[in-house]
Order: sequence, then structure tokens, then C-alpha cells
Amino acid sequence: MIKIIFPDGRIEEIEGPKQVRHILKSLNILENTVLVAKGEELLTPDRTVNKGETIEIIPVISGGRDK
Amino acid sequence: MKCKICKDIASIALPRHNTAFCNKHFIEFFYNQVKKAISQFKMFNHKQKILVCVSGGKDSLTLWEVLIKLGYNADGLYIDLGIERYSEKSKRMVEKMAEKLNKKLIVIDFGKQYAPVNIIAKKARRTECSACGIIKRYFFNTVAIEKNYDVVVTGHNLDDEAARLLGNILRWNLPFISKQYPLLEEEEGLKKKVKPLFRLTEQEIAAYAFLNKIEYIKDECPMSRFSTTLLYKKVLNIIEIDSPGTKHFFYLEFLRNKDIFKENTNQLFSQKCKICGYISKTQICSFCRLISYLEPKSILQI
Repeated sequence: MIKIIFPDGRIEEIEGPKQVRHILKSLNILENTVLVAKGEELLTPDRTVNKGETIEIIPVISGGRDK
Repeated sequence: MKCKICKDIASIALPRHNTAFCNKHFIEFFYNQVKKAISQFKMFNHKQKILVCVSGGKDSLTLWEVLIKLGYNADGLYIDLGIERYSEKSKRMVEKMAEKLNKKLIVIDFGKQYAPVNIIAKKARRTECSACGIIKRYFFNTVAIEKNYDVVVTGHNLDDEAARLLGNILRWNLPFISKQYPLLEEEEGLKKKVKPLFRLTEQEIAAYAFLNKIEYIKDECPMSRFSTTLLYKKVLNIIEIDSPGTKHFFYLEFLRNKDIFKENTNQLFSQKCKICGYISKTQICSFCRLISYLEPKSILQI
């Protein structure tokens, strides 16, 4: 499983391996609104995340809270 | 994806430039974009005293650090609006950065001197964001004048500017459109104001902050409710996914063709406030009007 840490600290697990692009799509997140980090490394949308790996979703948009 | 320059594994994709970079070359790209913005608009030089308006967020703290790395003489200005926990947390981030850079930080404790922004907004029947804007603009300008800074800089980025332009166009607010620029020249009572990050997106700034381990406040302000700016950013980002470069083109081409709106450059500020002398559209400036909703003694502190 791939472990995903969300900005609010919530953790979700999904089946792996999967490309970052597909992970974001399945979570309904636009690629240009977040960074995806694996430890100290940033991942581009084409990178594959393998089983047993943990990634973190970092929001980048500021300017108020969403609806 | 491979880095365009060294062919190493890329850490960030930049579809609007049809490219990708590794950490090292992305940071080089980032500095070049800031340098290009500064030189294109003759924003400031290495001899001038710069006042960076810092909020504790990624944009302003990144900007401060980058300006210091590029050798500029930049101090920070933080306005504490008295928002419980949030202001304390953001102030801590700003103080940490000032310490790291070994630069002067000016703090205006508005919450203690006057009242927390939510209290004053309620009394004045304004939204907290509107009151916050009035207070910040007032102190950015008055502190810069009082302390002899040459220029005020803010961390507005490409997403901020494109969203603002979209909002102004949707309402055809011509005076505001004509005033929207990365550089506002000094006028009587108003310091020169510039936005050196206008060529960079929020994602690029967040990536720089991540790679350089810049600590910033990630929570949104608890006072902010749904903002139209956020809606415009979302719309532009949706378009950007299918048509990379649209956001960049939308704003930078506006700057190139800005003279179309020149005739609408109304004199937005035409007089001095009768209470504090600050430049104003009306007899009493918006800051003094806002403050007047507090106890009368607060007005005397201006």
C-alpha cells in the first residue's frame, strides 16, 4: 500500500504502485495546486510511487479558505 | 521527467515553459525570474533600503530570503492583527526568518495598540479581510515613510495578480485595472511599491520554500471565509491544466498592452486625511474611519 499524508494530518492508504498524476486524479486534486513530496524529495507527476512508500500532499494556494 | 539542463531526475515540472528542472537548476531558474522582474521594472538597486511586508506565509518569507541571497538590503515589517493563535504562530515564523537572515524586523502590534482586527471589523460592519487590507496598506506606507525606506515590497505572485486581473475584468473595473502593475511609483504621501515575485506561480514559490526548508504558516487565516480570489485562482488553474501557459500569457500580455487602459487612470488618491495626513480618496482616510469605530481615545493614538 502507498501511504498518503494530507495537509490536515489525515492519512489514507491506496494500492500501489501508482504514478503521482494518477494518485492526484483519484483524489480529485489539480496537479498545479499542490506539491507532492517523498521525504525531502519533490515528485513530478510522472514519477511512480511504490508499495510501502509514503508521500505527503502540500497545498500551495493561499488567499482564503475554500467553500 | 528529466532536468532540461543536466538531464538528472527532475523535481519540478513547469508545463507553462514546457520544461522541468532538478533542485539545483530550479533554484537558478527561480533567482533568474526574480532578477528579471527587478531589472525589467527597475524596482530597486543594491544601495536602496527595502522594506519587505511579511505575513509569515510562504510568499513573503521566500521573497525576503531570496532578496537577501541576491545581496539586497532588506528589512521586514510584520503587522500583528491580534488574531488569536494564528497571529502568534505567524509572528513566530517571521521572527525565526529575521533571526536566520540576521536582519531587522519591525513589528506593529495593531491588536494591542488598537483592537484585534475581528473586533474592529465587526464595529465598522466590514469583513475582516477588508479591515485587514486597510490596516496593512496604511502601515506598509506610513512605516516606510517614517523609517526612510526607499521602497516597499510585497510577495504577490503570478496567481495573485492573474486572479486579481480576472476579477477586475469580470467587473470591468477600469480604474483598478489601469492601476494594476508590479510597480507603483512613489507619489506624494505614497511610497514606491513593487512585487518582485509576479513572474512566479504559487507552486513554484512553495517548491522553492520546500527545497530551502523555509518554515512558514501553512494554515489559512481563521478569519478568512470563502474568497472570490480563491475562486478565480481555481478557475485559472483548471484552464492551466489543459492549456499550460494561459495564466502567464493572460497577465504578462496584459502588462505589455497596459496602455490600452491608460485613459482610465483616475486620480484614486487626491487629498490628505484631515486626521492623520495620510493620502486619501476622501476627507478622512479609510484607516482613520476604521479606527473611529473604537473608543475615542484610540483615535488620539494615531
